[in-house]
Order: sequence, then structure tokens, then C-alpha cells
Amino acid sequence: MLSFVAQRVLKGVIVLLAIVVLNFFLIRLAPGDPAVVMAGEAGASDQVFVNQLREKFGLDKPLPEQLFIYVTGIATLDLGFSFRQQAPVAKLIAERLPATLLLTLTAFAISLALGVLFGTFAARFAGTFLDTGITIFALIFYAMPIFWVALMGILLFSVTVDWLPSFGYETVGANLAGLAHAADVARHLIMPAVTLGLFFMATYTRMTRASMLEVKRLDFVKTARAKGLSDAVIQRRHVLRNALLPVVTLAGVHAGTLIGGAVITETVFAWPGIGRLMYDALLQRDYNLLLGVFVTCSVMVLIFNLVTDLVYRLVDPRIEFAA
Amino acid sequence: MSKRVLLGLLLACGLTASALAQEPKTGGVINAVIQPEPPGLMLAMIQNGPTQMVSGNIFEGLLRYSPKLEPQPELAESWSISEDAKTYTFKLRKDVTWHDGKPFTAADVLFSIEMLKQTHARARANLVQVDKIEAPDDYTVVFTLKQPFGPFLGIFEVGSMPMVPKHLYEGTDWKTNPYNNAPVGTGPFMFKEWQKGSFIRLVKNPNYYEKGKPYIDEIYWQIIPDAAARSVAYETGKVDVLPGGSVENFDVPRLSKLKDTCVTGAGWEFFSPLAWLWLNNRQGPLADKRVRQAIMYAIDRDFAKDVIWNGLGKVATGPSASTIKYYTDDVPKYPYDPAKAKALLKEAGYKGEKIRLLLLAYGETWQRWGEAVKQNLMDVGMNIETISTDVAGGNQKIGDWDFDIAFTYLYQYGDPALGVGRNYVSSNIAKGQVFNNAEGYTNPEIDKLFADGAVATPDSKRKEIYDKAQKILVEDVPVAWLLELQFPTITRCKVKNLITTGIGVNDGFKDAWLEK
Repeated sequence: MLSFVAQRVLKGVIVLLAIVVLNFFLIRLAPGDPAVVMAGEAGASDQVFVNQLREKFGLDKPLPEQLFIYVTGIATLDLGFSFRQQAPVAKLIAERLPATLLLTLTAFAISLALGVLFGTFAARFAGTFLDTGITIFALIFYAMPIFWVALMGILLFSVTVDWLPSFGYETVGANLAGLAHAADVARHLIMPAVTLGLFFMATYTRMTRASMLEVKRLDFVKTARAKGLSDAVIQRRHVLRNALLPVVTLAGVHAGTLIGGAVITETVFAWPGIGRLMYDALLQRDYNLLLGVFVTCSVMVLIFNLVTDLVYRLVDPRIEFAA
Repeated sequence: MSKRVLLGLLLACGLTASALAQEPKTGGVINAVIQPEPPGLMLAMIQNGPTQMVSGNIFEGLLRYSPKLEPQPELAESWSISEDAKTYTFKLRKDVTWHDGKPFTAADVLFSIEMLKQTHARARANLVQVDKIEAPDDYTVVFTLKQPFGPFLGIFEVGSMPMVPKHLYEGTDWKTNPYNNAPVGTGPFMFKEWQKGSFIRLVKNPNYYEKGKPYIDEIYWQIIPDAAARSVAYETGKVDVLPGGSVENFDVPRLSKLKDTCVTGAGWEFFSPLAWLWLNNRQGPLADKRVRQAIMYAIDRDFAKDVIWNGLGKVATGPSASTIKYYTDDVPKYPYDPAKAKALLKEAGYKGEKIRLLLLAYGETWQRWGEAVKQNLMDVGMNIETISTDVAGGNQKIGDWDFDIAFTYLYQYGDPALGVGRNYVSSNIAKGQVFNNAEGYTNPEIDKLFADGAVATPDSKRKEIYDKAQKILVEDVPVAWLLELQFPTITRCKVKNLITTGIGVNDGFKDAWLEK
């Protein structure tokens, strides 16, 4: 298993390098650069001033040299400096990453738990009213845009009944500590996490249901039944466990993309996460920061992929760690 | 007691009570929206709108400006101008300290100006007429100009020329100076905390030189990136101040009608944002003046004001906004007249060549405005293709002259020499830059008028020159002026005296107080 992990990590580093090089050039293909953005904001600009800024940002150097500087920086775990925000990129990302992880992991847990639960019920009662109800429920949240669900949630739970806060990570100015602070953050977390979670829940519900119905028809389930096992045991131990493999695959893919993919949820709920940091960096052509977020997200995806492979093995011991 | 005496007493009591009610009260917290999140707070190095709005509380300039744009003392308590109008002497206040306790002196002024020349594009342009700056003593600064420069007293507000603490920046690498992220100024509020993505917290400066001020204890600038969520935050009482532009225009009438809500359009006199369409004068049909005039006639600007801007703002008459100095409306007029537009296009021989309209990515209002203008122009037979991009991409296209028509709005900074001439003089045509003469208009007469206007004395002479310049420009239509924009500030009525100068919310909350 160790050699498997080592090999995957090595492959991951190569993939990461490819991502960095590709994104480095891709970002610079977009029109506009930080010097023009900043000079424009001052409400006046002249070539000398713009050139001064470019020189300060190192943008006057040839592209290969800029790339070399960047890649050697990453090799020493230095993600560079954001001239726009006047702070090291690693610091800016570190400030935002916890909020994103909290949001996405909670949403991930909600979506997976509810999705598998609903999918199991739908499969168990396939063709019944309950099955149809669950399928429609899941489809509704899958079909509705996240920002719409978010705004409707705000309208209902913040404006109309005033149960939950409409924005932010915590109550600003409340200066809470300890458990009170945790409870406050949890209250703020409910709406964004559920909004994001419901969207992904739908796919897990559909996947679990379809996969379970397929497994149910297989011979070993009949054998289990013939052995006289109870229905609950068959569903849980034999059907669900075998049906989970595609769900795990999907969860692995989702977990990675969730990190950078919560931009809309973070925006509507003013959640101070990395998705918004990335969006702002893109608008401001903050190259180093944007690349830094890409690298972080890529590392996350690689880690989640590795974890997915390891979970496969747990779910289905027949799978070998092929070197 | 007779009824009359009783009435008199009651009235007197009432008057006293109302007078007392207007007496500023100390204490309280203001929650305001800031959008988008500023990239940094070091005003000398970053000049985007949100940075100015927050940092206008932390930093100060030598002067402030009244709503009529008259200079008022701030860090400079008085000033005098020599007879030849080439020497400006500023006397600084002697009781000002930086937030870290060090005294503010003329050395800081000299240092700030040297720094701004390298970091602040507009300050650099404003200081072009300055020959030398000297500090004969700790509290006197003397500017000697190369020639008289009419608008010179108009360049000292906090956003245009913020004062920087010399003792914290001298000899350091400015761009990585740790004080960029924990700024130290002389202003009424001190930087306390910045939870990135959530809020910026400023607290009262207890040693502020204007005794008793500021009245407010703390300001929380809340960062809420979604426009609808900002409206909800106000509606649910989480924020008290929505500075101009914080919410979409279509939400303004609804929010304005909420209980205990006050709305004002004041506080933009210095900036006087003017929206127009850059028209690329260099090539194609737009090189013909008649086509440009046709565009002016084709666009229904009243519709834009009434429908897209919900009645806010004013139809522009020319290159100057009506709120800045030397404005005149004695210029050729362009009412909405599609028939005349069609006739002009025909006369100019326009044959349906494709014209690219570059939109401005500032949100929903600008998107809608783009669609309306496209419709107007297509109605008179023009072949319009809209181009959408983000702000940086749009700026790049304008800088590269890669457009036919492009939306923009720019500040005018109170004086034609500061904020108007830059867009029309031919010396400001330079590829790769934005917000100069991007349309490529060349007219030696206009060049001369703006050059003369900047240095002419007395005021009446300047007025004469700018009157003439405005007439010529409006006749030539180098760009298509649309509206004088108005960005209403929405507040709870309990927030008093928030806007007291022509710079508005960008000038800090030092006069603001909360009615309890």
C-alpha cells in the first residue's frame, strides 16, 4: 500500500506542475493586467506609471523567466506575493481556507448523508409513492440554480421568519468566544451549507438509487435472501455496500471541486471563503493570488482522489492497490 | 399664567428640545456596507473606490471641500496665495498626531508628496505644475509652481493627496511595508481589525485633534458581495448605511420607502461622475462628425434616466457636469430625435457597417443600459454588435483602441483642468492606457483652450475659456455624453451628519453621530 501511495504522490506532483504551467499561461491570455487595473483605478494613467508598476510586479520580465521564478517559488512552498493585496499569497489563502473547508465539508457531509439515505429509501421502495416523492424532491434541488435556492432561503428564513442570519460567517461586533462563538458560526453556516449540500444531494440520491436497484437484481442478493437473511441486513450489508462504489467515485470528484466551486454560495451568503478570493483575484488580474488558489485547489483535488482510492479499498476489499 | 405665556413657554421648551435633539450625541456603532472588498487600505498606493471609502476615515489630506467645492481646513489650518499666483503657503495644525502618537509635521507632507509621485497616478498628474516644495519650519509648507495653476487648491482632498507617516515608510520597501495592512494615519478613526472577506473594523481615535470628534465609537464596514444580499442586510437591520452604488438601482425606490430610512444624493459634488460613450474617432463611420452627432440624437437619455436609473441623475449637456466649476449649458443641444439621427446618418453615407459596442461590467444597471442604447442605435439603422467582458478586459480593449463605442463613467474632480481636459486634449492620446483621450479626438484649438484654462487668471478668464471649450466639444461630439450620475446614499434616519462635504462618504465619518 505504501508504494501505491508513494507512486500516487509522485504522479500528483507531475500533474500539479502541469497545472501550474498551463494556468500560468492561461491567466496571462486574458486581456488586461494588474498594472492597467491599478492605474485605471487612480483615475489617471501614463505610460511611465504603468511601466513602473509592471516593473514592480515583475511583469516586465520575459514570460519564461516569470514562470521559472514562480515554479521555483512553489518548490520552496512560496506561493508568491500579491501586489494587489500587499500580502503574501500563502497568508491570504490561509486566512480564507478554514471558512471554505468548514462550508464545503459540512455541505459535503449533508449531501452524502442525505443523498445515500434518500437513495436507499427510494430503491427500497422503488415504484411507490415514496420513491416518486424522493426523486422529485432531489430533482427540484438539482434543477434549481444554487443562487436562486440561496436567495429564496434568505427571503424565507431571514426576511420573513427571521430565524437565520442572511450573510456572513459570524455576528459582526458580537465578540463572542468559546461555545457561544461556535454556536454563532453554526447558525451562520446552516443556510449556505444546506443550499450547497442540497444541490449535490440530488446526484447522490439518484446514483445510490440506480446503483442499488442494479445490485439488487444480482445473484448474490438472491443467495442472501435464500439463506434467510432479513431484508434490512440484505439491504445494508449486501446491496448498499456493493452499490456504494459509484457513489464513492462521484463523492471523490465532488469533494475536490467543492473547494473551488463554492463561489456562488460564498458570494450570496457573504461567506469569507477561498472561492470569493479566487473570483476577486480574477477580476483584478492578481496573477499570483489566482495561481495560488489554483494550486491549493489542485492539491486538494489530488488529495481527495488519493483518499477516494483508499476508500475504494475499504468499501470493496476485492480491489487491489495496483502498483 | 395666561395662555399666551404658557404657549410661549411651551414653544420655548419645544425649541430648546429640538435644539438639544440636534446636539451631536457621542457613542454608538455604525455598520456600513463596503463593496467590493478593498484590495488594501493604504490609500497612497491603492486608489480604488472602496479603499477611499474606508481609508478616508484613517488618512487625511491638507484640505477638505464643501458641497460647493470651496476649500476648507483639515490638516492645514490656513493657506495663502502669492500675488503672482505661483506660491501657495500652507500653515499646518500643530496639534495633530499620527495614530501611533508621533507628531504630524511638514516633513510628513514633503515625504508624502514624493511617495505619491511614484504610487498615485492622479496625484502625479496633479503635481505636474509644481516646481518645488519646501518646509521653512515644521508647520509650514510652501509650494512653488512653474506657472499659475487655477485648480491647484483643488488637489488636496484625502483621496487625491493622502498624508503618509514618514517615520513608518521612509527607507522601507513601500510595497511590502507591514503598515500597508495596518495603516496608520491622522484621521478620526483608527484601523483595528480586518477579517478578510467579512468586515473591516475602525475605532475612534481618542486623541483626535478636533476635540469631541469623532462622535461614533466604531465603524464596521461589512463585506457583502451580492447586491441582493446587501439589500436584505439593510432590510433586516444588519447595516445602517448603504453608500452610493451599494445596491442595484431597481432596489433604491423600494429601500427608500422603508421605515426610518433617509436617502440623499449629496456628497458626490467633488467627483461628479459623468457617464458617456467613448466613440472611436479614428476609424470607420465614427470618424465622421455627423455620425457622432447622429448617435447623440438617437439615444433616448431621458428614458435611461427615468427607467434604467429610476429617475436618478440628470441628462448631461456636455463634457462638464453641472456641479463642477465653469459649467455652462449654453451649448448645442441634442434632444432625442431619431428622425434627425437617420437624416444625419444618410448624409454621412453610413451604409450599415458593423459597429462594436463595448459594455461596462459594473452590474445589472449597466447591462440594461447597454441593451437600451443598442436598441436606440438599431432603431435609426445602425448595425450594432455588443461586446461583453469583465472590467479589466474592457479597460484593455479601450486602452488598445479596440472598440467603436464603449461605455464609461469618470469622475471630474471639481475642476475642468483636473477631470475634464484629460479626456479631450491630444497630448493625452496614448495607446495602452485608459481614462485619457481614448476616443482619439484631435483639435489644436481645444488643446490650446485647456492649456490656457489651467493657468489663466482671474477666474472670469478661466470661465470664458472653458465656456468656449465646452461649445466646441459639444458641437464636435468626440464622445457621446449620457448622464450626470447620482449614487444615492441610503441610511437609517438616526445616522446624522454623515455627509457634510462635497466628497461625501469618502471623506470619513468624523462629523457623523447617532440619534439614540
